Amino acid sequence: MSARLKILQPGPQTTVQDLGRLGYQAYGVPVCGALDPIALRLANRLVGNDEGAAALECRLAGPSFEVLDGAVRLALTGADATVDVTVEGETVAYPAWRAIDVPVGATVRVSALRGSGCAILAVAGGIDVPRMLGSRSTDLKGRFGGHEGRPLAAGDKLSMEDIIDSPCLELPYPPSLAFPGTLRVVLGPQAEAFTEDGIATFLATPFRVSREADRMGMRMEGTPLAFTKGADIVSDGIATGSIQVPGSGLPIMLLADHQTIGGYAKIATVISADLPLAGRLLPGAEVRFAAVTVEEAEEARRTQERELGRLLDSLAPVREVARIDEHALFTANLISGVVTARETE
Amino acid sequence: MSESVAQEKAPTGRRVSDLARFLPVGDAAFAIEFGDRIDPALNALVHCTAALLGEMALEGLVETVPTFRSLLVHYDPRRTSAATLQNRITGLDLGETVTSAPARIWQIPVLYGGEAGPDCAEVAAATSLSEAEMIERHSSTVYRVYVQGFLPGFAYLGDLPAELDLPRLTTPRVRVPAGSVAIAQRMTGIYPVESPGGWRLLGNTPVRLFDAGNTPPTLFTPGDGVRFVPVSVAEHARIRADVTRGAYRPDCYEAAP
Repeated sequence: MSARLKILQPGPQTTVQDLGRLGYQAYGVPVCGALDPIALRLANRLVGNDEGAAALECRLAGPSFEVLDGAVRLALTGADATVDVTVEGETVAYPAWRAIDVPVGATVRVSALRGSGCAILAVAGGIDVPRMLGSRSTDLKGRFGGHEGRPLAAGDKLSMEDIIDSPCLELPYPPSLAFPGTLRVVLGPQAEAFTEDGIATFLATPFRVSREADRMGMRMEGTPLAFTKGADIVSDGIATGSIQVPGSGLPIMLLADHQTIGGYAKIATVISADLPLAGRLLPGAEVRFAAVTVEEAEEARRTQERELGRLLDSLAPVREVARIDEHALFTANLISGVVTARETE
Repeated sequence: MSESVAQEKAPTGRRVSDLARFLPVGDAAFAIEFGDRIDPALNALVHCTAALLGEMALEGLVETVPTFRSLLVHYDPRRTSAATLQNRITGLDLGETVTSAPARIWQIPVLYGGEAGPDCAEVAAATSLSEAEMIERHSSTVYRVYVQGFLPGFAYLGDLPAELDLPRLTTPRVRVPAGSVAIAQRMTGIYPVESPGGWRLLGNTPVRLFDAGNTPPTLFTPGDGVRFVPVSVAEHARIRADVTRGAYRPDCYEAAP
């Protein structure tokens, strides 16, 4: 029998997302999907799902819910947070980056997120909502997809499949959530709309994520950028990561729910490998932009994919009892710096 | 016949490399830009290129997004590269692509004025037309679907008669009702759902332009013709009831060849 979650507190904005709705942008339908697709893929594999299964994306804080009808297996990724599971009055706190088996009747509460503005809560079997135009992602502006085209509310009930009979997995060495301070970009397509000074300002000065940040995009605060002939263009296509600059000269970094076309000049595009970093930013975060070539950006994405493959290969059954990882002990360099006693160049 | 021989045989000046330039849009997309203005001939090149790419089934190409004057090509950098795709595209022959008259013309019922079209009086005053003349100008033109975007199912229809050319509102409305028929500069369009909006509202249509349950999900296809047909309050209400029951399909005339 399949299980259900009954939402008690939905959190500030919790939506059903998968890897996005591809193939309909020509009709004006945005891709949507997880702001941090790496976290989504890891969370899904932790609970035994296909990487692109539908999960819950939680912004700022996670939901609390009751488990009905059957046990569930879930995992939280993409942020530091605790998952409190209460069974008959007794609460156990679990960390992120591991699968957790939750019995029927339990209450689960996901804490406020630390170190990231969004997290993924995946459930074994995937969230069972209808596919619309090939995807289970929520289109908030179009009001369709996901759970009724809207964020979760108290009282909502979500279905998923029963847990599989296999060990709970964990990620022994989760990826770092630390933001390196810089987002890599490819300049263009409307770099010509900006003066040399404008481009120099964009690449040399820091910007700050303003309070106006949501799944469509983040308005940045900082030094306004100078145009050669104004911000308006005949509307053309927008990609996830496009940085458009309206007349104010202040950049807007467009994210998963961005509209498909727009009429402001775009100075650069955040590279696809850095989109998860961008998606996790919180208001107030300081950001610098660094230009790379298309080739460097494509290679960065391929490198990231290989790293993700290694992370997925490292998924292992949860180690409930602490023990020494002998392999790590014998292979790790415990003393850094000293290489040889002889002087060398 | 090999690709290179085919290209030698067609030095028509009508290849993508003759007519457009490639612009980088990150590492998972690039634009094929044909120009920088709204023009039916440019737009026809965009849609022709999209159709050609659709037929080619290029490895790693995810989807293409036609806009007024450029085609945005989305690709997966794990499976291909911008350089690889552009090499395949640059020599494509767009031949004698011409702006053809629309193959079919949709008849879209509109209730003009009053609460349905709160900007009618102001537009008439600003254009020195009576409201009746303004409605006549707007409804007697056959528009072309240039591009869909901004919202699912929002089609940019052109070209609006020059007499009705007005800028967008300086202060956009926070909420424009679904079905609002609107104008801005040389375009007209219909808001498919309630949305913020800065276009001037002339009327309302009960027709559904977008349905996520259908494939394709929009009523219009780029290149379609659209004509607005004034209807009465009673007729608007009757059509709305039919739409709600799923029993309405707008008239659509196949254009004469």
